[in-house]
Amino acid sequence: MKVTVTVNGSEVAAEVADRTLLVHFLRDVAGLTATNVGCDTSSCGACTVLLDGRSVKSCTVLAAQADGRDVVTVEGLASGPDEMHPVQRAFRAEHGLQCGFCTPGMVMATVSLLAENPSPTEDEVRSALEGNLCRCTGYHNIVRAVLAAAGDGKTAAQ
Amino acid sequence: MSILGTRVVRTEDPRLLTVGGSYVDDLRAPELTDAARVTFVRSPIAHALITGIDVSAAREAAGVVAVLTAADLDDLPPPPPDSGLTGTEGLPLPLGGPWAEPLFAVDRVRFVGEPVAIVITDDRYQGEDAAELVSVDYDPLPAVVGFDAAIAGESLLFPAAASNVAVTSGGPADAAAFDGCDVVVQRTIVNQRLAPVPLEGRAVAARWADGRLTVWVSTQNAQISRFIMAGAFGLDPDAIRVVAPDVGGGFGAKVGIDRDALIVAWAAKHIGRALRWAETRSENLVGMTHGRAQQHVIKIGGTREGRILAYRLDVVQDTGAYPRMGGFLPFLTNLMALGPYDIGHVEAAYRVVVTNTTPISAYRGAGRPEATAAIERAVDLFAAEIGMDPAQVRRINLIPPDKFPYSSPCGAVYDTGDYVAALDKVLAGAGYAELRAEQARRRERGDVLQLGIGLASYVEITAADANGGETARLDVHPDGTVTVYTGSSAHGQGHHTAWAMLVEAELGIEMAKVTVVHGDTDLIPMGVGTYASRSLQLGGVAVQRAAVDVKEQARQIAADMLEASEADLELDPERGLWQVRGDPATSKTWAEVAAHAGEAGLTAAVNYTEGQPTFPFGTHLALTEVDTETGKVRLLRHVTVDDAGTVLNPVLAEGQRHGGIAQGVAQALLEEMVYDTEGNPITGTLVDYAFITAAELPSFELLASETPATINPLGAKGIGEAGTIGATPATQNSVIDAVSHLGVRHIDMPATPPRVWAAISEARESR
Amino acid sequence: MIPAQFSYQRASSVDEALELAASGGEDAKFLAGGHSLLPLMKMRLAVPEILIDIGRLSDLSYVRDDGSHIAVGALTSHDDVARCTLLADELPLLAHAAAQVGDPQVRHRGTIGGSLAHADPAADLPAVAVALDATLVTRGPSGSREIAAGDFFLGLFETVLEPGELLTEIRIPKPEASGWSFQKFTKRAIDWAIVGVAVQGGSVALVNMGQTPVRASAVERALASGAGPREAAAHAAEGADPSDDLNGSRAYREHLARVLVARALEESLSRS
Repeated sequence: MKVTVTVNGSEVAAEVADRTLLVHFLRDVAGLTATNVGCDTSSCGACTVLLDGRSVKSCTVLAAQADGRDVVTVEGLASGPDEMHPVQRAFRAEHGLQCGFCTPGMVMATVSLLAENPSPTEDEVRSALEGNLCRCTGYHNIVRAVLAAAGDGKTAAQ
Repeated sequence: MSILGTRVVRTEDPRLLTVGGSYVDDLRAPELTDAARVTFVRSPIAHALITGIDVSAAREAAGVVAVLTAADLDDLPPPPPDSGLTGTEGLPLPLGGPWAEPLFAVDRVRFVGEPVAIVITDDRYQGEDAAELVSVDYDPLPAVVGFDAAIAGESLLFPAAASNVAVTSGGPADAAAFDGCDVVVQRTIVNQRLAPVPLEGRAVAARWADGRLTVWVSTQNAQISRFIMAGAFGLDPDAIRVVAPDVGGGFGAKVGIDRDALIVAWAAKHIGRALRWAETRSENLVGMTHGRAQQHVIKIGGTREGRILAYRLDVVQDTGAYPRMGGFLPFLTNLMALGPYDIGHVEAAYRVVVTNTTPISAYRGAGRPEATAAIERAVDLFAAEIGMDPAQVRRINLIPPDKFPYSSPCGAVYDTGDYVAALDKVLAGAGYAELRAEQARRRERGDVLQLGIGLASYVEITAADANGGETARLDVHPDGTVTVYTGSSAHGQGHHTAWAMLVEAELGIEMAKVTVVHGDTDLIPMGVGTYASRSLQLGGVAVQRAAVDVKEQARQIAADMLEASEADLELDPERGLWQVRGDPATSKTWAEVAAHAGEAGLTAAVNYTEGQPTFPFGTHLALTEVDTETGKVRLLRHVTVDDAGTVLNPVLAEGQRHGGIAQGVAQALLEEMVYDTEGNPITGTLVDYAFITAAELPSFELLASETPATINPLGAKGIGEAGTIGATPATQNSVIDAVSHLGVRHIDMPATPPRVWAAISEARESR
Repeated sequence: MIPAQFSYQRASSVDEALELAASGGEDAKFLAGGHSLLPLMKMRLAVPEILIDIGRLSDLSYVRDDGSHIAVGALTSHDDVARCTLLADELPLLAHAAAQVGDPQVRHRGTIGGSLAHADPAADLPAVAVALDATLVTRGPSGSREIAAGDFFLGLFETVLEPGELLTEIRIPKPEASGWSFQKFTKRAIDWAIVGVAVQGGSVALVNMGQTPVRASAVERALASGAGPREAAAHAAEGADPSDDLNGSRAYREHLARVLVARALEESLSRS
């Protein structure tokens, strides 16, 4: 079927098999390979993107379900090569990534969280990231990065 | 002031954060544009004879390029002859002869997930459809699952070997060893099987063109992979290029190149088309090697005053279906059996057995967490038996600082350390006395939520193969930039940042001008790579040595340019300028010096080897809360000292500790790869395999401690594996401590709610 | 992993969805958020030939105060249920339980109707629906039906829904007794419940203590005859038929049910 998705502000249209998963549409059709596949069971969150502004696991969404909708991947966050999004900046400043494989999904889950809850507590951050697995960081610096990004966002809003 | 030791954020991150890494499945290199997809057909049965394989239907399916099985492996050299070595330690691995592991299963499958065939299709969707059409007839055999069944040997995996015991080491127990002890405790415990689960699973792409094989593989060791393939395929190593692009975590399970990746590389050559395979998580959980899987019999004895006099450790290593590195891991466990204690009599022995399960290999710590878990449980059992505070028992028995270097009766020579200081620092940092007081109050009140305080003191071995060394090449270019080629291999540790810091510190060339290259055997033919916490103390020192070498060359060139004597030249480390001592006006930049270097360029190559390993140490304290009605455990705090010598970049070192702690806690509380009695994995997805999440963990409390290593110029020891080594037993001991007043002395890992509840119930009933 | 091939059809109205389902027959499945069905399809444990996407039927996503009861559209996401202020006031048990389903990404996509129709005994919302005496409203080839939650679930992944019949609304009477509690016992926060308990007033239902959500009738009777929480909770496992698996033996689940029901009843009392 023909699927048209607005990805990071640009329209991407293609004829794809009905069973095409959104994550493969993003990687293979749109050519955006930052979004990774880390499991088969919607458990790991590496494939997290924003669909109409809310975090979803793109391995468990059909491309057809995203037809006509708006998707943002980590490639769409920074406004320029030197202008990282506050969440990206915080992940770097707090060493919230090591191998980087979970990172795009972790960042997008964070963006969604902070849109819903701009000032989360540490416990709220930990709960909100329960669907995003990381093997490298022990989550310690990821949680610090999310809290720092929340603080950064508050400062920016003031 | 030197940049070394300061908090520097990573140079790797902007790319990973904005456009993502380039992992194997992301590579869009022109050589791979026509790459076909590989889908594996794997055994669904743990132990069976293969009586027939019918690939005809699959060959007819949409998009199928080829279907390959063992019958197609007619272009490989014969396997190496039987080494003749059996049953002694220090074997070359994997074992050959009767224990040899084929590429595809030939006439017998030995674990669920073993490769039987591959389907090659134009795209991955077609591959999953076609793989379902491959029909394999199996004649089931009795499965061997668990330590006891393996040793009993009623069913054999390798009939020609006549036993399921592949390796044995160590003598029988010395009957008199425990004679002088007031108290002796013995217990059988299990260090359970874990799945490493790097977030990126195994992945490989391969292309055969113009008589050369190029292999992009998610590995910790590009150079080792090249030599493994040269041997397996009968190719000259020069005919193979291995590239390790971004690697999404390794944790020991990506050391070298494994069987499945070899199949893909072979197939690319065999059919003459570029191929790519990135495994699914369901494949990963049965196909990637597992870790740990040891059974321990621990026996400890000493005086009622708390002095430990004798300790014995007997290990049974389940190495899964084939003795890969699992055959070697208990050697390390025995080497480190003593732990950080000054115990007069220590014995250790092991047996390695095969079972119808996924093969075992390294997993963060690789044999050392098992040693620490064994002795730390033993020390707590001893403390409980004599009724003494476990911190006090440790303080009495830890090797005192004036005994270093300390020759362990197990064969290791501990280099430097102050083990008591590490313990005391953790106790002070955690507020130990107040925690014990709170624990006592809760016990007194009979609270449902009881507090556990668990300790683990450890010493571990890093860069155990220090004499294997590591390579570095450093080029200073005429534009003043630097390229570092390292044999070490990055997959999240921050090598690019750390190596650039070393260059800046030595040469005064700012980090931004330093490019670090790793993991391409055309650029770096020789190297070892990353495992055993070896990178900084070997690969880092190699970079530093190369920088020193380049500096001496530059001194000569600059002296020539400035018409001064070499002895009068100095490098201003802040500005990166060469000048005649006391005369800044005469300075030459690195760019000018490099431009003057002539045809040979300003370059140095180093292969740095070290004569001995290093021995990091520390103490972990885990504070847990146990719900005595349900058995559920919550980790409240985790306080650690992990002393790995001089720290190059605290940001990176702390990151290593954090990750390891989480994996250690995960082993203690949650994770286990479980098989049923038929050898079927029942934790084969991330729904059932309880990978630890952010919601199960607190933030960690890391205390700093730096006791420099004396054998290398950086003073560095390894930090990569301290977390799992210390955190696992500290957390396990904490859970048991929380319910010890109810009569519980031991709970095997993982301390899941039903297991903890069962232990409490059993203890209550026996009272 | 990737689902087997199927034909994707998108419904733009309930009527169209029913027509598509009627013509698709046994081979067709409705797709709402897809967070129960797609994982099974990726494992090829479910292989429908036709998927009818009802995810765009935004007229089935609502929470409405209908006087004596609250009406929740079947396509309301868990996240919308969890954040709904009307539900927080009137049916805090439902809002709270919805916030415990899966993880944030799952809650953004998964729907209340999808969860009930999927009928996984380890899911949270079926037991909540039973404890709240919800009525499930359906539309199908033979018209509309109203089914009591207690009658809706037949077994493991099995309900009274006929092929082509669509769950459209969950109607929940405003509770008379204000106390409530939801206890979800898991190994990890993200896991399915090993055992769960939903309490609303004197109504008690259990998660994962059988092939369907289980009403703890013996506990309810004990409460009705004046028993205290701990005393009533002793009856929690009566009539239950829990499974024996990796996450807990039958005996452990029975024990957990007693402990969790006691805690739920105490918490409910403290809120009434």
